[in-house]
Amino acid sequence: MNMALWFTLVGAALAAIALHAFFSRRHPLRRLIALNIMGSGIFLVLIGLARLYPGTLPDPVPHAMVLTGIVVAVSATAFGLVLLRRLARLGRGET
Amino acid sequence: MNPADLLVWLVLLPVLLAALLFVAPEGWRTRLGQLGTLLCASLALLLAWQVLQHGPISVALGNWQPPLGIRLHADGLSALMLALTALVALPLAAHAPAWFVRHEAAQSRAGAFFWPLWMFQWAALNLLFLAGDLFNAYVGLELSGLAAVALVALGGQRAALEAALRYLLLALFGSMLYLLGVALLYGAGGVLDLTLLGAQLEADHASRAALLLITLGLLIKTALLPFHFWLPAAHANAPAPVSAILSGLVVKASFVLLLRIWFEIFHPIGLGGAGEVLGALGIAAIIWGSLQAMRQERIKLLVAWSTVAQLGYLFLIFALAVELAWAGSVLHALSHGLAKAALFLAAGNIVLALGHDQIHRLHGAAGKLPLTFFTVALAGVSLMGLPPSGGFAAKWLMLQAAIDLGRWPYVVAIIGGSLLAAGYLFPLLRHALAGTHDPRQREGERLLSRWLEFPPLLLATLALLLGLMALLPMSLLSGGMPVSLR
Amino acid sequence: MGDWLPLLVILVSALAGLAIFTLRQQQHGLRIGLNLGAAVLKLSLVGVLLAGVYQGKEYSFSLPLMEGAELLLRPDPLALLFLTLSALLWLVTTIYAIGYLEGSPHRSRFFGFFSLCVSATAGIAMAGNLLTFLIFFELLTLTTWPLVIHRGTRKALHGGAIYLAYTLCGGALLFIGTVWLYTLVGPVVFTAGGALPEGHGLSEHTLRWIAFLLLAGVGVKAALVPLHGWLPTAMVAPAPVSALLHAVAVVKAGAFGVVRILYDVLGIALAQALGVTTVLAVLAALTILWGSLRALAQDDIKRRLAFSTISQVSYITLGAAMVGPIALVGGLVHLVHQGLMKITLFFCAGNLAETLGVHKVSELNGAGKRMPLTMLAFTLGALGMIGLPPLAGFISKWYLGIGALEAGQWWWIGVLVLSSALNAAYFLPAIYRAWFRPPPETWPEERSLSARHETSLMLLLPTLFVAGASLITGLFAASPNSPLAWAELIVRREYFP
Repeated sequence: MNMALWFTLVGAALAAIALHAFFSRRHPLRRLIALNIMGSGIFLVLIGLARLYPGTLPDPVPHAMVLTGIVVAVSATAFGLVLLRRLARLGRGET
Repeated sequence: MNPADLLVWLVLLPVLLAALLFVAPEGWRTRLGQLGTLLCASLALLLAWQVLQHGPISVALGNWQPPLGIRLHADGLSALMLALTALVALPLAAHAPAWFVRHEAAQSRAGAFFWPLWMFQWAALNLLFLAGDLFNAYVGLELSGLAAVALVALGGQRAALEAALRYLLLALFGSMLYLLGVALLYGAGGVLDLTLLGAQLEADHASRAALLLITLGLLIKTALLPFHFWLPAAHANAPAPVSAILSGLVVKASFVLLLRIWFEIFHPIGLGGAGEVLGALGIAAIIWGSLQAMRQERIKLLVAWSTVAQLGYLFLIFALAVELAWAGSVLHALSHGLAKAALFLAAGNIVLALGHDQIHRLHGAAGKLPLTFFTVALAGVSLMGLPPSGGFAAKWLMLQAAIDLGRWPYVVAIIGGSLLAAGYLFPLLRHALAGTHDPRQREGERLLSRWLEFPPLLLATLALLLGLMALLPMSLLSGGMPVSLR
Repeated sequence: MGDWLPLLVILVSALAGLAIFTLRQQQHGLRIGLNLGAAVLKLSLVGVLLAGVYQGKEYSFSLPLMEGAELLLRPDPLALLFLTLSALLWLVTTIYAIGYLEGSPHRSRFFGFFSLCVSATAGIAMAGNLLTFLIFFELLTLTTWPLVIHRGTRKALHGGAIYLAYTLCGGALLFIGTVWLYTLVGPVVFTAGGALPEGHGLSEHTLRWIAFLLLAGVGVKAALVPLHGWLPTAMVAPAPVSALLHAVAVVKAGAFGVVRILYDVLGIALAQALGVTTVLAVLAALTILWGSLRALAQDDIKRRLAFSTISQVSYITLGAAMVGPIALVGGLVHLVHQGLMKITLFFCAGNLAETLGVHKVSELNGAGKRMPLTMLAFTLGALGMIGLPPLAGFISKWYLGIGALEAGQWWWIGVLVLSSALNAAYFLPAIYRAWFRPPPETWPEERSLSARHETSLMLLLPTLFVAGASLITGLFAASPNSPLAWAELIVRREYFP
């Protein structure tokens, strides 16, 4: 088994675990984390796919995709956290 | 300007404007936003005109050809969606500042962030409509999703924040599925360009799995039943101008992408069975969304549920895969975009003027807000698919397709949906018309400024006129019909 | 594009309606001016059309809507029959409504929709193809609904909901039938003898379904049993609206649609071959008798008139479905005659309600002494309905009867006779009470609307005008300018040349 396939499989497993967490958890923070893990899994799959054919040069396109994906994921996570914090403050204010 | 440059600027200009608006002093934002809207809308309409005159336009960014480079592509469908966005944006630019000013007497300074976020959203929408490859579309989807969530959060109250958070999680989840699907496709073929993919796709397990993932992701974003649950709360709790953008435009963007992917890429692998499923879900959405809309007590929730129902119509094309249904579906997207934007703006006006949005407390509100309720009625005519509106023309085309194919359940669903829509829209009007005039209000006194009342009226009128000028969008579309349609 | 005149006829009242919406409640003079100005202008335009069509000129206006589907206005003689009636009665009803609604709220809204409703009727009349007919048919539903619920009472809202449920469902059936036909044979342009192209190759089964959908769709508005349920409950509307719904716009649009579909879409020969006409004739006969029977049991004047309408409108359907030139003349002329007589009766009912607070037949005692002119008009209208010679109703029934004989279907005469007897049974008691019973001590709710006349002139004059018109159309039926002559012209020129 080459490294790339290993990455792909680990990525798929991570994504599957995170998928389960996303649906089984209620708390938004946990779901947000689940999404992040899922994202990492998918990025691993992409990285793996870039080198699926040993001996050739790694394909740059999946790398670009992963980079973009990471940027998006980070900003979305940050945004989600801000929302969560605002909600938590509102909740405290009411009680 | 070179027509190819138009495509690039349509994406770049709103982004630049968004950045500029973030840093601009608050006092300038409205003027700057309105000016920017004027510019972007003119570009979009100009492009639509160019496509109408000369056919589809393609541009490879930096002259890098696919598969490596990025390609923007404007065909009839893109042109129509860009034009729709522009036509919604123009009245909105007049309405939104007035709305936020009135709204903010009690609320936070949401209006200051509206402009940059909306420009961001606009850029994302344009990118989605013009994207020539799947990854660019992904970027567009993500930008659009993030901007949409931020716009919902402008509502400020707890309900809006909760809806925004839920929307964010689902939108992210949807894009993850989409990205995974794209990754699978890329792994199998090594290209992302829509046209190239369409030419070389093979009917293997990998492409089926990719199609399934991509479709699921986009269905979540388009809020087709049973993935609709996030929509009513998000659309109903957002500020009115935002609701108009979300219901009128944003959900259409992911739908258009889905259309392209199904009919331009995946048609070789035979979609019969899966298309039937989507069509059936469309019917279910029409029924369920309408029934829920009838049960609502708040105007904005009613309108939001109506979006769930109306989105169902869009999906009938997947079961009725013929040119007539394609045209009907796109026409429906256009007329719903205009009518729903009008309806949400009008609903926002009602809330502003009356201080509540309880349907059963409307007693004769039409006497106080004649223009606004006239708008509701006009938009309602289009949503119900009654003549001579755009909704009627769309239903006419879809019915022709369904009858031509002998698909009678679809005939019943299309017509039944109209009757169901009457079932939730007429009671709204009835509450507004019945009851006596409030003697405390002086005759002719304006509860709302012209800037609030006329933009939605214009949108509703456009939705109506679309029925009388349906040939124009049809001629734009006819050039770019996917070959996969019979 | 083509001739603008037909479009102008529609636009006159539509634009007037939209302008009226923008007026404030107190802008009384301007509203009256707009209303009457538009009504007079429209009537004159219709007059020009009428003269042109009489001389054989063909007008046509078209606007492509979608591929293979256009908006087409093409007033033929049949269109003019309905159009003239609606334009004339619009003017009269407008005057009446101005008097009737004086001082009531939401007048701008009322008159706005009133005008739009007349535009829709004109569109139905002049529609040159099935799509155009459908468009205006649906618009009529939309524009009449606010009028039905105008009073805003619980009863009015209920009546409005029922009205919508029936008419929207009818519209939906018509919609399916129309699209179906367009899908199979392309544009369905109204053509005397049938719009289906030679060798259309449609099976009888399909054609029957389409005929069913189309006729059921218009049958709702024509109040054909069992689709008539909306009409009595829609009675809650103000009297001018009831007059308009019952005498001009809605039920007539339905009956007119039946004629169009039988003669200009299917073609009467095909309709007969399919058995459609037989079914329709039987349903019409049932409706005639059922409506009359139900009318007998009503004490409320307007409800009695409503059931009478259900019955009388089906004369038109019966005349069309008997398949014969004379019967068709009878049916078509009844379109006008029934309109004039029924609007007279509704105006009278409105006068009684407004002036004396009288809403029931049992309260009519001595009304003839208190309001002689109104009751004279009422008597003329009622006797006409019964079919007493030489009034208008007699002419219709005479032609229908002769037509039945000519078509070899003598049994319909039995229906006509029975119906006339029933008409007499529910109208004569009212007339008897009004003239021969002593008036009560006090009227239920008397209001003095005029010092010198029995009621306000705005109410009285239109009533007398339509009563006179129904008398004259009967008396001078043989004149070359009568509705009868026009109906004969239609039948001779178009359907049985």
